Amino acid sequence: MTTRQGSAIVNAAGSVVAVLIALVIGAGVMLVSGLDPWDAYRSLAEGALGSRRGRAETLVYAAPLVLGGLAFAIAARAGMFNIGIEGQLVIGGFAAALVGATDWGLPTAIHLPLAVLTAAIAGGIWGFVPGTLKAVTGAHEVITTIMLNYLAFRLITYSIQKREDVLPVDPAVQGTERVLDTARLPVILDLTRLHAGVILAMVAAVAIWFVLFHTTFGYKVRTVGLSRGAAQFGGIRWGLTIAISMTLAGALAGLAGAGESLGLHGRHSATPPGLGFTAIAVGLVGRNHPIGVIFSGLLFGMLSAGAPSMQANAGVSKEIVLVLQGLVILAVAAFEAMNRLPFFRRVEPPPPSGGDGESETNAGAKLLSPNISPRLDRLS
Amino acid sequence: MPDPPSTTSPAADAVVMRNVVKRFPGVVANDGVDLTVRAGEIHALLGENGAGKSTLMNLLFGLYNPDEGEILINGEPVHFHNTRQAVEAGLGMVHQHFMLIPRFTVAENVILGNEGPDSVLDRVAASRRVGELASAYGLNLDPDAKVGDMPVGTQQRVEILRALYQGSRILILDEPTALLTPQEIDDLYVILRRLKYDGGTIIFITHKLREVAAVSDRVTVIRRGKTIGTRITAETTAPELAELMVGRSVLLRVDRDEATPGEVILEGTNLVCIGSHRAETLNIASIQLRRGEILGVCGIEGNGQSELIEVLAGLKTPDSGTLTIKGKSVIGENATGFRRAGVAYIPEDRHGRGLVLDFPLWENTLLGNTERAGFTSGGWIKSGWIRNLTTDLMAKFDVRAPSANTAARALSGGNQQKLIIARELQRHPDIVLAIQPTRGLDVGAIEFVHRSLVETRDQQKAVLLLSFDLDEVMDLSDRIVVLSEGRIVGEFAGATADRAQLGLLMGGRAITTTEAAD
Repeated sequence: MTTRQGSAIVNAAGSVVAVLIALVIGAGVMLVSGLDPWDAYRSLAEGALGSRRGRAETLVYAAPLVLGGLAFAIAARAGMFNIGIEGQLVIGGFAAALVGATDWGLPTAIHLPLAVLTAAIAGGIWGFVPGTLKAVTGAHEVITTIMLNYLAFRLITYSIQKREDVLPVDPAVQGTERVLDTARLPVILDLTRLHAGVILAMVAAVAIWFVLFHTTFGYKVRTVGLSRGAAQFGGIRWGLTIAISMTLAGALAGLAGAGESLGLHGRHSATPPGLGFTAIAVGLVGRNHPIGVIFSGLLFGMLSAGAPSMQANAGVSKEIVLVLQGLVILAVAAFEAMNRLPFFRRVEPPPPSGGDGESETNAGAKLLSPNISPRLDRLS
Repeated sequence: MPDPPSTTSPAADAVVMRNVVKRFPGVVANDGVDLTVRAGEIHALLGENGAGKSTLMNLLFGLYNPDEGEILINGEPVHFHNTRQAVEAGLGMVHQHFMLIPRFTVAENVILGNEGPDSVLDRVAASRRVGELASAYGLNLDPDAKVGDMPVGTQQRVEILRALYQGSRILILDEPTALLTPQEIDDLYVILRRLKYDGGTIIFITHKLREVAAVSDRVTVIRRGKTIGTRITAETTAPELAELMVGRSVLLRVDRDEATPGEVILEGTNLVCIGSHRAETLNIASIQLRRGEILGVCGIEGNGQSELIEVLAGLKTPDSGTLTIKGKSVIGENATGFRRAGVAYIPEDRHGRGLVLDFPLWENTLLGNTERAGFTSGGWIKSGWIRNLTTDLMAKFDVRAPSANTAARALSGGNQQKLIIARELQRHPDIVLAIQPTRGLDVGAIEFVHRSLVETRDQQKAVLLLSFDLDEVMDLSDRIVVLSEGRIVGEFAGATADRAQLGLLMGGRAITTTEAAD
């Protein structure tokens, strides 16, 4: 996946251009449908940013996406495609809600951290399993994380419908019981839904940035993701590193779930929210860079927060936001593909001086490959 | 330095390139190159990597268009817009990386693109035609054999055959010996001479002086995109060509004193590795490394070299046997443990092992050093200190790059290799494993690498040099062992080793007096 590290600025510019292209194409889609894209975008922006409530909603939507995006990014940096964020997120949110809804008479200072920690552990287990399976048996994480997604969904449904006897769940509302006040992530802006989960997300992003780029562990993660051979050469244990990375990714996704159940909703509902899949897009658009993930999370948050306003004021169905999200992903993927396809690197100059044979001959191979087949030289 | 005057008429010149200029963004790859290749000669195009040889040939073959200058084929000005036009004009090119389809047979590959007008392909007839052509040129190819099953040297003959099938009379070979064994190289020379006697013209791109001397009639030297001069091979010398190529006088043979071997520092006995299908991939009865000597390991690729090195570098645990460094067993340790014991490893695969290409240089300096004081402290990376160290190493080892923040990918192969050597020697190791350390490097960088290895030896460290370049092993080693089928089949003192003997042992053949004589 997108584990190549180019210059951060180049990557950021690429994503910004991709988003702009997506908006232009989105405008085309609206024009074809007889809608006014200018009006729609203005209403969208006003809804997301034009008011105190709107800005708070943007952050509310962004919080789980940033945490989920980080869960994607850190796995991607270690060379894995974490498609199990949804499962890690719901199992974390559910576990947090169970702890939060149980009355042990604990004070907030203990109850809330305990509930949050439980979410991280539950999500972490959902990451640890595929990470370890890959490290030990080589089982591909895409398969195992998808399977674990379903396991999480079904486990939650079963617990809610059948285990009312031992768990604080309520089959009537298809969710857990309400989280006690002692375990709620507090609202941090009066008269809005903005809860402390957003702080958690921002702190996590900065922390992950620090870990990835300033610690030995982060260095090992990035080395493993870019070159397994170099990692082995450097005495870095591949299996251990990917297992820890995936566990960390699961824990981050679990925290996203905690924000939803302890902060936004006050309970965990059985219906999977789909946030974990949008989070993949957030990670991709953010180029798997923790700071990039903040910005792309905010972008996706804005789209969601502004959609109702767009529908009400511009008469544009809020489903068009899903189209825009899809276009952004497509545009970013297209950029990534362009970076890789030899055709677009035609004019790449040979190294300035004392170049090596490889690059010199690659120049020829790159030129040839569009005429014959991009894979041909690799096969022979 | 005047060129030998071109007394022949233009019609006798198969290829003339005059004042050819090709610019890429930020770089002038060819800066007014002149090249005259006479019909029926083998013309070597000599230059360091990155000098612009391949660009020039890609211009000739219609892969690029020149920005300035003119190209004449057999006296006619040409402007190729694609390779098909070049082929129609009688040119053929064999690239360093072959353009063959492994699952196709020889005949299928050869006729690819020239299947003929019929919609039904007559495989039998095609196979026969290809077979006849192959034997006419003495290429010794079975037209129905699958290309993917063939050795590299044979695949190259398929490429040559394809060019001949397309009617090429002017054949361009881009670094044709890069992937061949010594024997395959000799076979190639025979084929080229035969093509020449049949009236073909050959342009032979190389950066190896020995190959120029072995096969060419004339040689044109290119440096930094400019023609430096053309010489008649028989009338020039290797030092002269080297100086033309590099721009300064170069030591072609490493100056080194007699070795003063010290104590045994690494000792392996009965090292056995079992590969897939339960076959023994390595079975070393005894191997020793001594302080102050260079042990050369030669052999044909795939005879247990990679297993031996992986065992000695701690990347692979042997299935049985003992291995001690400074008297302590290191069996079961990983690469980190071996490093701690004093082993430095210059891997063959620069891109896949030695470096993380997308990392900046300073992060590559950290590779393998994450546990060492100075580089990290309590789990934090000391990036400022590592950047400074990298900058120092770059100056000391002549790694040419804009800064320590440059991505390793942006460096030339020679500079990448220097960075690896700098990093490994910076550890102050007792044992240096150098695997194919000069592969793909130009003369200047090779001189540097060789000097580094000899200096390392002179500091009373043990050096193991594994190379598929027999001359390199013979030039540098104080002691030579030959690997064949995972076993050490011969050991020589460096001075007494004989090229023919080594070659025969490498091929797994016992030495008999008659064979050694030729």
